[in-house]
Amino acid sequence: MSNSEAGSRAFDVDAIRADFPILQRKINGKDLVYLDNAATTQKPSQVIKSLVDYYEQTNANVHRGVHTLSIEATDGYELARTKVAKFINAPRPEEVIWTRNTSESLNLVAATWAEANVGEGDNIVITAMEHHSNIVPWQQLAAKKNAELRYLAAAEDGSLDISNVDSIIDSRTKIVAVTHMSNVLGTINPVALLAEKVHSVGGVILVDAAQSVPHMPVDVQALDADFLCFSAHKMVGPTGIGVLWGRYDLLDGMPPYMFGGDMILEVTYEDANWNELPYKFEAGTPNIADAIATGAAVDYLTELGMDNIWEHEQELTAYAMEKVLSLGTVRVLGPQDPAKRGGVISFIHDTIHPHDLGTALDQQGIAIRTGHHCAMPLVRSFDVVAAARASFYIYNTKSEVDAFVDGLRETEGYFSR
Amino acid sequence: MSGGLGNMDELYEAIILDHYRSPRNTAPVEDADVDLEVNNPFCGDEFHIQLKVEDDTVSEVGITGRGCAISQASASLLAELVEGKSSDQVHAAVDSIRRLLKGEEITDEEADLLGDIEALSGVRKFPVRIKCALLSWVGLGDALKEHQAK
Repeated sequence: MSNSEAGSRAFDVDAIRADFPILQRKINGKDLVYLDNAATTQKPSQVIKSLVDYYEQTNANVHRGVHTLSIEATDGYELARTKVAKFINAPRPEEVIWTRNTSESLNLVAATWAEANVGEGDNIVITAMEHHSNIVPWQQLAAKKNAELRYLAAAEDGSLDISNVDSIIDSRTKIVAVTHMSNVLGTINPVALLAEKVHSVGGVILVDAAQSVPHMPVDVQALDADFLCFSAHKMVGPTGIGVLWGRYDLLDGMPPYMFGGDMILEVTYEDANWNELPYKFEAGTPNIADAIATGAAVDYLTELGMDNIWEHEQELTAYAMEKVLSLGTVRVLGPQDPAKRGGVISFIHDTIHPHDLGTALDQQGIAIRTGHHCAMPLVRSFDVVAAARASFYIYNTKSEVDAFVDGLRETEGYFSR
Repeated sequence: MSGGLGNMDELYEAIILDHYRSPRNTAPVEDADVDLEVNNPFCGDEFHIQLKVEDDTVSEVGITGRGCAISQASASLLAELVEGKSSDQVHAAVDSIRRLLKGEEITDEEADLLGDIEALSGVRKFPVRIKCALLSWVGLGDALKEHQAK
């Protein structure tokens, strides 16, 4: 079972919008049009209520007490883990480790598995379209270990260039760390193919799924992934909590990341031994409320159905690409075929700098992202200093896309006075 | 024009848009005494600032680069201002503009020195854009000090 099952609730955008209180807000006197979903998504009242209910009704520490509240908190915390495991079709819930966010999940693997398994002369393979958080930990590790950091390039059309994959991934490749979907280009990468390649040389694959798990059905077994990382806040969940999923045997063989309470089995004055999975990686009192709310977020998305969500975003993306390009003044980065990309449209205006666009759109109530999108080398490779980005989610509508494109037109008018 | 674009006019005053569209002093300076690159890695804006300093006075200035309307206009206004000024006056201007953008009061004397640059004060209502307006100024002040110390 995975999250590709059809949703149990009709995909009705008006009804979805009614679940998100923030969409009632006016920004600079205009209806909010929130198109910065690749940065973080808004939260439905079901998730907000889960947080409030937890603190009002259940709050207690987990895995420690025999009293009712502690038992309820523990049950809620572990149930959320089970929901996440099912959502990504993980074989076992103990393979789901709660972290703070995708970055921490990536750092955890770099600092434990890779620390123990990457040696001098080995190589680490990433792609030219990674987020900084999937570049810098590997740069640091490669430098420390005298290992080589290799890149799969981005092709001109924004897809991943795999023409030389068999020379990039070789017998010294210990890990391939790849984004499932680029937060800048929207490109969906061939994870299963890279998994096959790296497995054939005895290495492992880590998938940065921060931009895919919220938007499409993701099945860790179908991808044949070894590690997969994502954040709750990009999928209608709370900030401050993320997930590392890893294959049980790999996680089990890894040293701990942090030391402290809950991650130990037995402590003497001289030594300690480690608790079983997943607790070995969850030192200290965890983020209980946000874990439970992540479970509520997973429920929310599952009810809608990930296939429906993906279909909705594909439709919006195709519509938006066509409208934006029809302006004739805008270049869209990444694959031009909407079917080959997710709901992220990064674009460069011929004459207007992204930050001027961002400010002008904000005056019209429209929230987009501007800047380097935490992917400086990639953005620079397009010979631009920064880009603007509109990204979609379940509550966005075609009329919001229209407002966005009208806003761009207004902005052009303003700056060409 | 206004209406649909809210408070845009407060940020993008006519002087700003003019300097953005027609930046001043963009020709490179030969044998520059002060030659620096400033950049804001968060938005990728970058400017190349060159000064010729003779008898403690800025005799020539050239600024090229790319950035948003605010950072470009600010760099152009800077170029216009520093030409012919003593290094003390340049430092005073850098100090005044910093305080102006932080929302502090400036004296009439300082306002006279800044001239058109006061048009940048609209940026105070857009705090995330203050760094755009200050980008070239901050680097310039430091580089000029270094040159004086030589």
